[in-house]
Amino acid sequence: MRSDIGDFELAPAATLREACERIEAGYRPLAGGTDVMVLLSAGKLGHARWVDVWGIDELRGIEVRDDAIVLGALTTYTDVRRHEVVVRELPMLVQAASETGGIAIQNRGTLGGNIANASPAADSPPALLAYGAELVLASRAGTRRVPYADFHTGYKKTVARPGEIIASVVVPRASAGDRRVHFYRKVGPRRAQAISKVCFAACADVSGGRAGRVHQVRIALGGVAPIVVRAHEAEKAIVAGESADRVGDAIGRAIAPIDDVRSTARYRRQVALNLTRDFLHHVGLDA
Amino acid sequence: MTVSRDVDIALRVNGEERTACVHPMRRLLDVLREDLALTGTKEGCGEGECGACAVLVDGKLVDSCLVPVAQVRGREVTTIEGLAKRDTLASIQQAFAELGGAQCGICTPGMILAARALLDRVPDPTESDVREALAGNICRCTGYTRIFESVLRAVQLERGAP
Repeated sequence: MRSDIGDFELAPAATLREACERIEAGYRPLAGGTDVMVLLSAGKLGHARWVDVWGIDELRGIEVRDDAIVLGALTTYTDVRRHEVVVRELPMLVQAASETGGIAIQNRGTLGGNIANASPAADSPPALLAYGAELVLASRAGTRRVPYADFHTGYKKTVARPGEIIASVVVPRASAGDRRVHFYRKVGPRRAQAISKVCFAACADVSGGRAGRVHQVRIALGGVAPIVVRAHEAEKAIVAGESADRVGDAIGRAIAPIDDVRSTARYRRQVALNLTRDFLHHVGLDA
Repeated sequence: MTVSRDVDIALRVNGEERTACVHPMRRLLDVLREDLALTGTKEGCGEGECGACAVLVDGKLVDSCLVPVAQVRGREVTTIEGLAKRDTLASIQQAFAELGGAQCGICTPGMILAARALLDRVPDPTESDVREALAGNICRCTGYTRIFESVLRAVQLERGAP
């Protein structure tokens, strides 16, 4: 059933400040529309007042700093795929972007929107978690930074306060001298245009040569819990040099998959464990 | 409750200045079909999965069912009606006709615009490039092979092949 569009408001905003004023007054930001407009068409859009942030330049663009890459909230998947430094240094984010929808979706879907929509099956959040990203939240009062790992608190729930909008995503760059291993796998029903059943992202910093030791690793999984999860215990087990079985056990404790329209809990758990094995093999830790 | 009133939104469609007095959240798809009488753009799923409603905005492929019209104010929109020059089909259209890339025709406008967006960026694509560029467009008739062949044929036509 189509919504009656007369019940909705879409207010314009030329600047971040104007948008923040609206958001404080109870409006929600509308960016590329790839989630919001679907709900509108289906008659399921539960919120009436929206502010159009698509044209706000302050929220757009990718800035490369010495210590971090700062991606404006309106960075699209296409922007991610075409940025030279992002392609070189954040390959998991690029892979997530290239596996999200088709080209028409990639031209419109934004990182900020993907995060704010807070779907546990979204594809870019596991990559951002594995890269140790932080979010910059803006409001009329100013900005604050929160680790992305702390942002999602429950299904579709976040720590964003009323009046706040995601302004940018800050991804730290690797320190010189480390060999960085990136491992991203999305498992869905087909390769193109599919929503994930399980998404696994891991970023390991390995010191020294090929047989070097993993001294830092971040693992994140999507589709296996009410939120995208970091597997802290498994990360510690890897750094401590524990066995693949112990790492797998820790992954098993980090996730809480369910049966739903897209998959079953049993399948998701098995795939998460298989991907963990693949990752350990990939970094040479399965011996 | 405050709601948006209809507002004048000016945009360029296929090179012509057009204005629609509509709700700013109205789907670009509906504005094209119902307000501007450009029914070449089709509605399939209405949720960004099928690509039937794909058009170009400033040369970039978008699903027009997911674009609130306020976001194309002052932009250039290209629909399937904008590709042919008078009675001469565009090369991609000609290739689809020649090789049976179109059957029922519902997916065809979106397929052709997705192909146009690809060829504008990658004039000499591989079949794999074509498959990726059209991955967001669903066809229920041809099985895709003839569509991919049509796009590769259009590449030849654009290079002046007979």
